[in-house]
Amino acid sequence: MSATRPLHLAAEIGGPPRYDAGSYAALARLAEGGTLDYVTLSDSFNRPGPDALAVLARVAPATTRIGLVPTVTTTHTEPFHVSSAVATLDWVSKGRAGWQADVSTTEAEARLFGRRPAAPAAALWQEAGETADVGARLWDSWEDDAEIRDVATGRFIDRDKLHYVDFEGSTFSVRGPAIVPRPPQGRPVTVIDGTSGPAREAAARHADIVHVRATSPEQAASLAGELRRGAAAHGRDPEDLRILVALTVDLGDAEKTPEPGLESGPQLAGRGTYFRGGPVDLAELITRWHRGGAVDGFHLTPITPERDLERIVNGTVALLQHRSLFRTFYPGGTLREHLGLGRPANRYALARNSEGTS
Amino acid sequence: MKQTPKHMPKQMHLAAHFPGVNSTTVWTDPRSRSQIDFTSFEHLARTAERGKFDFFFLAEGLRLREHNGRIHDLDVVGRPESLTVLNALAAVTDRLGLAATVNATFNEPYELARRLATLDHLSDGRAAWNVVTSSDAFTGENFRRGGYLDRADLPQVLGSARTGGTPYTRAAEFVATARELWDSWTPDGTSRPFAHSGQHFDISGEFTVPRSPQGHPVVIQAGDSDEGREFAASAADVIFTRHGTLEAGRTFYADVKARLAKYGREPGDLKIMPGVTVVLGDTDAEAQQNAAEIRHQQVSPQNAILALEQIWGRDLSSYDPDGPLPDIDPDPGSSLVQGRVRVADPLAAAAKWRALSEAKGLSIRQTAIEATARQSFIGSPATVAAELEKFVTAEAADGFILVPHLTPGGLDGFVDQVVPILQERGVFRTEYTGSTLRSHLGLARPVWKS
Repeated sequence: MSATRPLHLAAEIGGPPRYDAGSYAALARLAEGGTLDYVTLSDSFNRPGPDALAVLARVAPATTRIGLVPTVTTTHTEPFHVSSAVATLDWVSKGRAGWQADVSTTEAEARLFGRRPAAPAAALWQEAGETADVGARLWDSWEDDAEIRDVATGRFIDRDKLHYVDFEGSTFSVRGPAIVPRPPQGRPVTVIDGTSGPAREAAARHADIVHVRATSPEQAASLAGELRRGAAAHGRDPEDLRILVALTVDLGDAEKTPEPGLESGPQLAGRGTYFRGGPVDLAELITRWHRGGAVDGFHLTPITPERDLERIVNGTVALLQHRSLFRTFYPGGTLREHLGLGRPANRYALARNSEGTS
Repeated sequence: MKQTPKHMPKQMHLAAHFPGVNSTTVWTDPRSRSQIDFTSFEHLARTAERGKFDFFFLAEGLRLREHNGRIHDLDVVGRPESLTVLNALAAVTDRLGLAATVNATFNEPYELARRLATLDHLSDGRAAWNVVTSSDAFTGENFRRGGYLDRADLPQVLGSARTGGTPYTRAAEFVATARELWDSWTPDGTSRPFAHSGQHFDISGEFTVPRSPQGHPVVIQAGDSDEGREFAASAADVIFTRHGTLEAGRTFYADVKARLAKYGREPGDLKIMPGVTVVLGDTDAEAQQNAAEIRHQQVSPQNAILALEQIWGRDLSSYDPDGPLPDIDPDPGSSLVQGRVRVADPLAAAAKWRALSEAKGLSIRQTAIEATARQSFIGSPATVAAELEKFVTAEAADGFILVPHLTPGGLDGFVDQVVPILQERGVFRTEYTGSTLRSHLGLARPVWKS
């Protein structure tokens, strides 16, 4: 069998809104028991639910290895605050943070803030891309060894290793440097759902992980190809992109169902193609699609997290592990390590060092 | 033989401030650890909870401080974002209140009210918000609201934006709006639409978070100005104030408490908690020695020149910290210092420093050590406990926010040695009696307003 890409699996732990920490921590620990790469928690100002980044910060000390990826919206929020909060999630989780960028397109959301009217998705995704861009720069704005604690000179930091980002976006500007020192992963992981056209450009340019919705391996391969070409066009190594197919899964009550598979049926908040079947059926589907080589893995949104996530971990994942298709333990400690992504070099350190040698 | 006390002595409230990005925090000490690692926050929070403290307090930074156009490098620099840290701390503590400083200038009510309500839910009723504002364009350069804030004529800009309504500071309207959002769900869990139209905010829709365990998170106001006191009297649960003499404390206390009645509030509805430092020793004499050593660490030679430059508004880097004060006069219009509170009257401050230096024959560094902030309570554990109790009994304070000088062990000595004495004297709780921060502070649950 030809070498395929390592399989990556993630799960959404949202669902009906809950406001107690315990239920989220229990789901994250369940996913961690299945050695999943990360859990996501979706968020929107448009429907009931707690702040997702806060929930995953609360979950961080209750878990040890699993990646934590809240949705953070960029339309009515401050890019500087977004960057600080995600960096802090990385600090409190010791290198397990990511964030899924999303936009707020509705007039109802605009009225909650009263600052600007609703705007077309294309403009909002451009701004989201700029938020990801300035976030990455702010995360680099402290070099890793900026803190020196040099008693002889009385200096706590070497300020030559702190950098203004001087970012001018289309709707905002940020001077920098960050308030939060460079987080453990260097840059926490950026996730974007790249299915829609306006988001795809931002995903190709700024995302480490792209979720795509597809109803066949061919369609997934086509989207993945487009994303990798887009990444290359922006000067990125297309192999640094992790592309996960988003599936909404209903695992019902049986190991196998008479007619498992993808349906055009109920779409849950637009979070991926709908799959109905048993845990074994899902493992078959994952195996088949992944073998094709087009995608790196799957992001699963269980329709009933308490029931389906348990079946995913103890049924689907266990079978994939038995077939040696999925890890049985976490060899690394950070989300980047789970994903096989290196810790990014600091752009300002690179620039300073190349100046020094030229 | 059992004796019933005639009356229960007035109870003290205690909070712990995480060692900050300021010259109080000593990073040169070998015991000093990371100001960023979660383990440091966990250590301090667990220590505070072991000491049955009311709450743990985090400051906020939105722009690195600058001096003479360069990033200030002599104090601790860099910190995590406070609400995110407190949500994580909620996982490793059970009862301790969790207070975040969050700026009202560079946030919007909807998002911040939601984040605070979330913390209150996730911590089962332990959230607090220290409301601060900043009006400087320097900080604004990191935000959408931008750098116009102190370049433009602020009242005019805001006044022209919307007409009608009373003159109202952004912070006051922000807090009032947040309370409307927190009240927009009925106590039995029904969401109802809200609409707020005021001078600074014109918003409507539905809030995404049900009423939280405390109803409203505890609101803290920091600052001593007349407007600050009035705002606190009208809207805050705790006032985080400056510590001074017993007499100054009594005057402040009486002034603030007297303002409450016109807002229909009782004296106990607003707790006055000065920020204080404590230096302990086995004896009072040893504590004094320790205090002198800490002052020496806090005011490094470089920090002494910096403190001088902050008053003089001039580059004085060529001066010898162990030599005399400069002969030249301060530049009152200087913009040398950015991102921190400016010296109000540089000429008067310089005159005070010169007088001190001449009277005692002090060098620049010695003068800085003498003239800049001093430790509040110095002594043996028994002495410190007695002094703290005196401030509370004399109505100069309802409690204290301790500002340790060391990360993360700076609270250990106080909790191990002073808290037991306070408990023995019957002025501080031996166990938490409630589970929410409001219950620790003896504050009523806010009445739900439809």
